[in-house]
Amino acid sequence: MAWILNADKPIYTQLVEIIQTQIISGRYKAGDRLPSVRELAAEASVNPNTMQKAFAELERNGLIVTQRTSGRTVTEDIELINQTQAHLAEECIKNFFQMMKELGYSEKEILNLIEKTAKEGE
Amino acid sequence: MEFLAEIRGVTKSYGRTVAVNNMNLMIPRGKIIGLLGPNGSGKSTLIKMMNGLLTPTAGSITINGFAPGIQTKARVAYLPEKTYLQDGMRVCDIVDYFCDFYEDFNRNTAFTMLQSLGISFEARLKTLSKGTKEKVQLILVMSRNADLYILDEPIAGVDPAARDYILKTIISNYSENASILLSTHLISDIENILDEVIFIREGQVLSHLPVDQIREQYGRSIDSYFREVFAC
Repeated sequence: MAWILNADKPIYTQLVEIIQTQIISGRYKAGDRLPSVRELAAEASVNPNTMQKAFAELERNGLIVTQRTSGRTVTEDIELINQTQAHLAEECIKNFFQMMKELGYSEKEILNLIEKTAKEGE
Repeated sequence: MEFLAEIRGVTKSYGRTVAVNNMNLMIPRGKIIGLLGPNGSGKSTLIKMMNGLLTPTAGSITINGFAPGIQTKARVAYLPEKTYLQDGMRVCDIVDYFCDFYEDFNRNTAFTMLQSLGISFEARLKTLSKGTKEKVQLILVMSRNADLYILDEPIAGVDPAARDYILKTIISNYSENASILLSTHLISDIENILDEVIFIREGQVLSHLPVDQIREQYGRSIDSYFREVFAC
């Protein structure tokens, strides 16, 4: 996943979201070692302090674990990764519904449209 | 010493014109700081005073506890807005020159960066384009292992692809305790790498804030915030 950042929002919260997605999507698997703050900061073209702040946030919610000997790794708690995934999916759906409602669709119409689009995609 | 650089009550006037007016500023360690302000707000005057090229009319400047002079020049890497290098010199000669001049200069870092940007070591400066000359100068400055990097308009003449490379170089090259103070008008290009931003207007500090605080508080980018604050 590319590091596409929106300059209107705090950068570290966006970094947290991107790294969460990378963990959920399996780019970094449970127990994997993560690149250093510097490496990731250079990859994302952001300040290392900002990346550090994002890491601290991910450590706080448990997705990243700091090992004394082997640096930072992704948590081995699969349950926590699944919970994060479910939580992000819920947010996505809520946002989507809100946007569709602003466009004037009722809940039922939205569901019909989703079904139709899914069928066309098959 | 908590702060890397301290600017206390500094004024600089040119005859009747006051370029910097009783300015107070503390530069912390380990940060990348943007110095932003409209034309004629006093950015370059401040930078020149920090490098000992101008003397304040009043007030004091210290870097690592010293007034600008021999001790500070050994620890400050400065990219001026205009070149001071001889046009007839070859790139490799300039690298040697810097190597002799600055104890903290790393020749390998310089050659690696020159190579990544496809700049010939044998080329004479006068045969290089404006943008390439700027790249060479920035590479020389960033190849030092300084405490403070002061960059006056570092990326203005450089194409966007090289800009990305240069920004990545800045991020990966400076040490954790060093700070970078950079002045620019190209805010949107650099704002993702900043920790803090200093807005100056009419020779005074208007605000000095962490960039993410501006984004959180105002819900907008530094670029668009700047345009609002300094709207003409």
